Amino acid sequence: MRFQQIDQFASELKADKRASVYQSTKSTHEKRTKLLFDEFADPNRLRQIAGEIKQHTLENLDTYLPAVEAKMKANGVQVHWAATAEAANAAVLAIMRARGATKMVKAKTMVSEETELAHFLEKHGIEALETDLGEFIVQIDDDHPSHIVRPIIHKNRREIATSFEREGLGAYNDDPETITRRARQFLRHKYLAADVGLTGANFVSVESGRMVLVTNEGNSRFCLAATKCHIAMIGIEKLVPRDRDLALLLNLLGRSGTAQELTVYTEFISGPKSPTQPDGPEEMHVIFVDNGRTEVLASDCRDILRCIRCGACLNVCPVYRQASGHAYRSVYPGPVGAVLSPLLMGDKFAEKADLPKASSLCGACNEVCPVNIPIPDLLLRLRNKAKEEGVPSPGTPPMGAWALLASQPMAWRAALVGGKVMNYLPTKLLPIPALRAWEAKRALPAWRGGEFRKWMKSRKSRAGL
Amino acid sequence: MTDDRESILSRVRGALAPLDERAAMPEYTTEIAVMRQMIAGRDLLTVFTERIRLVNGVALTDPAALVEKLRAGGWTHGYCDPALWPRLAPHFGADFKVEIEFDRARVDDYAFGITRAAGAIAETGTIILNEATTSRRLAALTPWVHVAVVERARIFADLPQAVAALGPDSNVIWCTGPSKTADVEGILIEGVHGPGIQIALVMQGA
Repeated sequence: MRFQQIDQFASELKADKRASVYQSTKSTHEKRTKLLFDEFADPNRLRQIAGEIKQHTLENLDTYLPAVEAKMKANGVQVHWAATAEAANAAVLAIMRARGATKMVKAKTMVSEETELAHFLEKHGIEALETDLGEFIVQIDDDHPSHIVRPIIHKNRREIATSFEREGLGAYNDDPETITRRARQFLRHKYLAADVGLTGANFVSVESGRMVLVTNEGNSRFCLAATKCHIAMIGIEKLVPRDRDLALLLNLLGRSGTAQELTVYTEFISGPKSPTQPDGPEEMHVIFVDNGRTEVLASDCRDILRCIRCGACLNVCPVYRQASGHAYRSVYPGPVGAVLSPLLMGDKFAEKADLPKASSLCGACNEVCPVNIPIPDLLLRLRNKAKEEGVPSPGTPPMGAWALLASQPMAWRAALVGGKVMNYLPTKLLPIPALRAWEAKRALPAWRGGEFRKWMKSRKSRAGL
Repeated sequence: MTDDRESILSRVRGALAPLDERAAMPEYTTEIAVMRQMIAGRDLLTVFTERIRLVNGVALTDPAALVEKLRAGGWTHGYCDPALWPRLAPHFGADFKVEIEFDRARVDDYAFGITRAAGAIAETGTIILNEATTSRRLAALTPWVHVAVVERARIFADLPQAVAALGPDSNVIWCTGPSKTADVEGILIEGVHGPGIQIALVMQGA
């Protein structure tokens, strides 16, 4: 029996990994709900407005992008554009070469994960060090992040301690505090020795040209205090029209992502350091990256570009909780990834066409989304796209026989009664692949066909109908 | 790169051209995103003090209490913004070594850093740093203890007010508690790349 790829990954996931992903996603989600609903009279209204702001911005990017470019230039920022991942990486390399720079410290940015920037730079002889604790661990393990906000949600402290020991960061010690202190001590001297600090941006205000960065660890602050050159890689969808919209979105981002009222550090950066400030970048570059976004904008799934990368939909998703992030084989896992990742594949859509199908369409992702993205609707549109493009779908049982049965009332009634025979058959041994796949993971419930009809009839007769 | 600019913008225009109507900007008041009942009619310093404690920060109003706290923690070597030092120096005893120059080659020497803040936000217990008031970015970040000296009159009620006050400054940082991570098994650890202890010293005429 061959599963779809995501199902295959999920079925092979180790029990301890599943347990750790399940526990931490569940607890973050529960805290989030409490925080939002305790403090705001109408949190759903906030989500709706935030969604409308982002949708409006997306549908007016043709005016907002040139406007923000002009504003940034006026603020002393050098603005670059990159249509593809390759162009984005090349732009970073060109900036570094022009400065004779060889060392970069990186804050966490999803778009640089898309372009695999660190690998690219290392191939060109540049040290590009991840500084977010989770991303640093991912980097030394040559692994991939499995969650947008919590990159090493799939790792336990023993694995991390082993990696630290291997990398010469001290003798084995799996105390999380010791691990954190060792990373602090190691990385601070890396920041101070680096030439360039690279960040992403969570939001960019068109009105002021300010970019907003949020972190908890303070690593982006360190990048921008220790180095002389700041490069920000920013997806073209990150804009919001005005500064005042930032207050609303920041209120939602911390709560949705990590169940914090506000992330520890919220940085508003609109240009290089001031002349009187001894520390920080004298030069600031912004690279606006497309890398498939304009294609998404042209599709009927453009709403997904509202996403502010909080990870709330991952935390609430029953499929993500069971499958973990690597099953999505993409930079963006979970419900948002199930929509965004196949779309960002461009003409290789088919390779990720299984992702939109790995959903029960329960709608929880839409309910928690701080920008109210109708993810289930978008998943259905992508399923339809896969069907229209004739993408094969292994492991999906043929529904033709069922459709025939369900459209013939007589046959249906007979099957309801006849199905009882299933209760006496060794179903595990039947040569029906779909059934065997099901039974490999759980028991088939006893056949109770016809019960509902019986109940309905008796209800009618009791009511004298 | 110029080509990339044109190609991106023309693709954006192409993507949006078929839309019959573009989504309108919603009208809303920023009041909706404020935790009103928390602030309503209360003294902002009281709210700030209460809220910063919830994010494991500390608010003090007496320089003597600050000195006591530093001494109790064994943090006796640090940096102080030269503009603040004349006013704070009388409170520090001879057991302290306080430098008014910050040497980046010796970041590990400084156990604390005292710098001015641009303000604070009551609603979230946040300290506001900016380019104009922070004497050294590194001194506010790298020592284990950061003390931000906040002017009493510069406590804003909520996020929308603090956003409105951003001004032309090129680098504004809101700090809400000490630096932290939960990357390892979701366990909260404070003091990652930034301060492990965040103190606000609220003063009149700071």
